[in-house]
Amino acid sequence: MEPPPLLRMRGIGKSYPGVRALDAVDFDLEAGEVHVLLGENGAGKSTLMKVLSGACRPDAGTIAIEGVTRPIGTPQQARMLGISTIYQEFNLIPHLSVSANIVLGREPLLGGFLLDRRAMRRQAETVLRDLGVSIDPRALVSTLGVAEQQMVEVAKALSLDARILIMDEPTSALTGTEIRTLFDLVRRLRQRGVGIVYISHRMEEIYEIGDRVTVLRDGRWVATRRLTEVSTRDLIRYMADRELQEHFPRAQVEPGPPVLEVRNLSTRTKLRGISFQLRQGEILGVAGLLGSGRTEMAQALFGVAPRESGEILVDGQARRIRSPRAAIRAGIGFLPEDRRLLGLVLPLSIKRNVSLPNTDRVYPRGLLHRGQERQLADACVTGLRVKTPHTDQATGNLSGGNQQKVVLGKWLARAPRILIFDEPTRGIDVGAKEEIYRLMNRLTQQGVGILMISSELPEVLGMSDRILVMREGRISGEFNRDQATPALVLQAALGTKA
Amino acid sequence: MNWKTWLIHHGRQLGTLAGLLALGLALTLSSPYFLTVSNLLTVLEQVSINAIVAVGMTVVIITAGIDLSVGSILALSGVVMATVLQQQLPVPIALLVGLGVGVACGMVNGLLITLGRLPPFIATLGMMSVARGGALLFTEGRPVSGFSDGFRALAGSQVWVIPMPTVIMLGVYVLAHFLLTRTRFGLYAYAMGGNEQATHLSGINVRLNKTLVYGLSGLTSAIAAVILTARLNSAQPTAGMTYELDAIAATVIGGASLMGGQGTLVGTLIGALLMGVLRNGLNLLEVSSFLQQVIIGGVIIVAVLVDMALKTDKK
Repeated sequence: MEPPPLLRMRGIGKSYPGVRALDAVDFDLEAGEVHVLLGENGAGKSTLMKVLSGACRPDAGTIAIEGVTRPIGTPQQARMLGISTIYQEFNLIPHLSVSANIVLGREPLLGGFLLDRRAMRRQAETVLRDLGVSIDPRALVSTLGVAEQQMVEVAKALSLDARILIMDEPTSALTGTEIRTLFDLVRRLRQRGVGIVYISHRMEEIYEIGDRVTVLRDGRWVATRRLTEVSTRDLIRYMADRELQEHFPRAQVEPGPPVLEVRNLSTRTKLRGISFQLRQGEILGVAGLLGSGRTEMAQALFGVAPRESGEILVDGQARRIRSPRAAIRAGIGFLPEDRRLLGLVLPLSIKRNVSLPNTDRVYPRGLLHRGQERQLADACVTGLRVKTPHTDQATGNLSGGNQQKVVLGKWLARAPRILIFDEPTRGIDVGAKEEIYRLMNRLTQQGVGILMISSELPEVLGMSDRILVMREGRISGEFNRDQATPALVLQAALGTKA
Repeated sequence: MNWKTWLIHHGRQLGTLAGLLALGLALTLSSPYFLTVSNLLTVLEQVSINAIVAVGMTVVIITAGIDLSVGSILALSGVVMATVLQQQLPVPIALLVGLGVGVACGMVNGLLITLGRLPPFIATLGMMSVARGGALLFTEGRPVSGFSDGFRALAGSQVWVIPMPTVIMLGVYVLAHFLLTRTRFGLYAYAMGGNEQATHLSGINVRLNKTLVYGLSGLTSAIAAVILTARLNSAQPTAGMTYELDAIAATVIGGASLMGGQGTLVGTLIGALLMGVLRNGLNLLEVSSFLQQVIIGGVIIVAVLVDMALKTDKK
């Protein structure tokens, strides 16, 4: 009889309000295997791994380790079972030494309370040597490079006797040679019988390092294949194929002259030579994976991220946009991805939030004009149909959809020329989503140009007149509404040829 | 706004007010001297200095900051103003110089916080020591005493029966309340404290407005210095020690949140009155000054505990 696999997840389900994040997902991992987990943003990869690492509790399903069913309710339990996660952002403490980080929580003690520094260093040295990496255990973590920090994370996991290692986009911050070192490390781990769940979007890497691949889509299991037996084209088809169920009410609007022109925009950190035009009455969708530079582009246009070079023209005139203030003056409004963190002052009322970018009208000569204040707030609440008993309601008490409407209302009072929506419907329930789409239609009919950044492929395909795809800080594809298909957009985002 | 939402918005102040009234009732029952016109006027006069300092503190705390330097700024602007007064210069000029010193110190705090990116606690902790040392250096450690009757009238005269310090305090509160509730600057103060990033992204000059907030705190400290100097007929370089703690206490009892974005001057005034009435009552009941400190500390803690319990209830 065949021995049971190292890890067997069966029928895992997890719902959040309004979203079915995981629906009866199965996943197996053998000892000494690198099993790649593939899927679009929001396909459920992270949620599945959160379930495995105890960071979130599934609604349904079972997890068995070596054939024994184990409930995993907390990260501590997961760690006891030998499951460790290497996150994209490291969980190391920068001002402590490598050895202290590795033994943190299990420090060897002298006489019950004194730190045994020598034993700490010995333990760290042993596990680092096992991994074949040369890092001084006395060095402070903050002095290490990204790749070395990652090694320390792995060392920490192994010192906990991890048998299942989850690596979430481990190469995203690494250079070419660092990636080679990491892959050597992964191979050594595989030989030692560690099972590795490897999340990545980089096709070349997947084929180089992976044994099997499981594709998720919209929270469902789609396929599990040996990587030697599956083509890139198949993988993309697995990821992208779907029936468009949601209704996208994009109205026909004849686009006018360009309202925004971006020439050769670069930033120090991410963007490399971005150029495009946005026309009046047009919705220009921006697709791309997380970290592809979409949000940075929005921030650069709105004067938040410093621009290294490039020109921004509004209505044909070059504008120097160095601050949000200047961007607003140029007629740009920005609806950030994280409304609660960046879009609204939550303890303040709807009225106050709407007033914020409009103080020239609400506070003529610096003094409150109550009539204007009421008028703007009422226009927002009635015009956008914000569901609230009154405009004195704190915005923190509103639902996601209504919060988004208030952020929109802030800008509409300024009669903007250009609106940048970053993930316009994230965290918004289905009914309110469609309302937001209809508002976007109405705005484009009034000649506003909309730049819509979105991770939801159906949304990008359903609402955009034209689609830009970004990858690694550049524009890697541009499609008209009628040419765009999920597979084409995804290929451009992943940087592969079909 | 209907009465229900009004009640929700002002429930916190009404709670503190109820506490103040309950305390007043208890003192009325336990001491025959408490509920007399002269005693109440004395309380109003005594709280005026702390209450005025607490105005600036409230605005600072609304922006999620803190100002530890108010007492030292009070001392520095007091001795500078007193020295100018002794040069036989007109009183208004001396007042302008004194207030100017306060505003300047506050603006330096603001610049350290906005341009220097120091945490408010550190910047104002430094200013607390610098301004105190400055006051001692300026006077070589000696008080500056003896002023004209015209100047002393700023503390010693009355409008009808109301002592002048109380009149000034009420004036400061009316103006500052107007500033917070009816001006753009007030909106920005709440917005910066509630969510600085979102405020910046709404096109607001956060640096400028925050600097002004600390300048305002310096100004109210200097106004308090005027009253204190006139009342004592002397400016002490050691004046105003621990005033920052009283001002923070009044602000917090009045419902402001140290996390920023919340707080009202009506609340702070009630908070300052509560502390003043409590001190007055404990004196009338001949409670030892040592025990008084324990009781006042307890009241601050209980006030905030109750506040937090009410807030978590709502969620």
